[in-house]
Amino acid sequence: MINVEHLVKAFGPKLAVNDVSFSVERGEVLGFLGPNGAGKSTTMRMITGYYPPTSGRITVGGHDMVADPIAAKRLIGYLPENAPGYADMTVHGFLKFCAELRGLQGDARKRAVNRAVELCFLEAVLYQSIDTLSKGYKHRTCLAQSLIHDPDVLILDEPTDGLDPNQKYEVRNLIKRLGENKVVIFSTHILEEVEAACTRVIIIDRGRIVASGTPAELKARSPEGRLDDVFRAITLPDTVKAEARA
Amino acid sequence: MNPIANIKTIMKRELGGYFTSPIAYVFLVIFLLLTGFFTFTIGNFFERGEASLVSFFTWHPWLYLFLVPAVGMRLWSEERRLGTMELLLTMPITNWQAIVGKFLASWLFLALALALTFPVIITVNYFGDPDNGIIASGYVGSLMLAGSYLAVSCMTSALTRNQVISFILSVMICLFLILAGYTPVTDLLSRVASPVVVDVVAAFSVMTHFEGFQRGVLDTRDVVFFASVIGFMLFTTGVIIRNQRAG
Repeated sequence: MINVEHLVKAFGPKLAVNDVSFSVERGEVLGFLGPNGAGKSTTMRMITGYYPPTSGRITVGGHDMVADPIAAKRLIGYLPENAPGYADMTVHGFLKFCAELRGLQGDARKRAVNRAVELCFLEAVLYQSIDTLSKGYKHRTCLAQSLIHDPDVLILDEPTDGLDPNQKYEVRNLIKRLGENKVVIFSTHILEEVEAACTRVIIIDRGRIVASGTPAELKARSPEGRLDDVFRAITLPDTVKAEARA
Repeated sequence: MNPIANIKTIMKRELGGYFTSPIAYVFLVIFLLLTGFFTFTIGNFFERGEASLVSFFTWHPWLYLFLVPAVGMRLWSEERRLGTMELLLTMPITNWQAIVGKFLASWLFLALALALTFPVIITVNYFGDPDNGIIASGYVGSLMLAGSYLAVSCMTSALTRNQVISFILSVMICLFLILAGYTPVTDLLSRVASPVVVDVVAAFSVMTHFEGFQRGVLDTRDVVFFASVIGFMLFTTGVIIRNQRAG
């Protein structure tokens, strides 16, 4: 469904993403793991068509993101980092706007908005403007926007950031449920989340894939069977590792 | 998907954005107060004793210099500040649909402000017998002028997430577009440069091209000038938005 080949993104002389390749099929939930600034968001921005890649190729459902972006974007639902929204719009107005840009009109639009509102529990704030919402609601409004056209591919950049433990639990379950018949890629730096929701994990550090496999496979790499240890061993900078040895 | 439908959706949201915040009302009130003040007090509308709106239109290039950038400064800088640009540009729409939609929304808003000056038409028709053709052509010119300034603001707002910087840059560029053809400046220039140079410089000015409209002359060249300023600025906006993401 999603194919990423030798993806590179350079900002000036700095390589934010350096030769990343992977593919994801329907029914998989892929977790992107990595320290801050590792290139998770940049990779996701390239897959969703926001950043053009410096080199490499991305296809979504067979459509090349550079050559045929409209067809590729149509298949994707995207929750950007920090869940942006138009501050002056109401939740309902915002979702209606997003549905219209997705080509939904009339009854189909109404049904889509209602479904997204139900999925993300937004009934209570439906006619409140976005800048008056709490962080949790704001986040779920943006999540609802990504689900509105029932996309085949969901790309979620830190979907549980800023949520309380109950909301985190809900979102994790939602991801698992959606992952049964869609492709879901989500990024996080919460390790328990990966174990709870992913079928596969990719660990990125300094723009490169440093490990990939099922959560169980990765855990097996550490003597104590803990994902934390594996993560730390792989992603700690070499200087820190050297100090630890000395 | 239908490009017209996408442009309309973006236009509707943008226009709605003006009216859900106080911006629209503050702008409309200030615009109408200032046009009234300039036309009647500074422009000596009554003392002139002629049935025309010359004293009304003469001030538009100067009035728009500050008011139009105030309308246009948020177009893209606000999207960047809120992060919604990422949302908008990962939707299945093209960049130019978003640019044109946003531009048209603001232009429509300025057209509304201009339409609300209709009492001056009533006034001049009540007291005298003006040539309403000239007045109509003045309004068309004024709208084109506003559109050109707006396209400039659209471009400067794509440059930065800071609305103040966007505003100042846009005022500077629009000021240049005025001064290149402002009589005191062209007089000064003609002392040091050949008439050809003066004409070339003046040809870039909105003043030169707005003049015809005020006299009731709808010259294709003037229309083409304003249309190409708008086209060029919106094209530049597109290039800026694309390059920012190319890294």
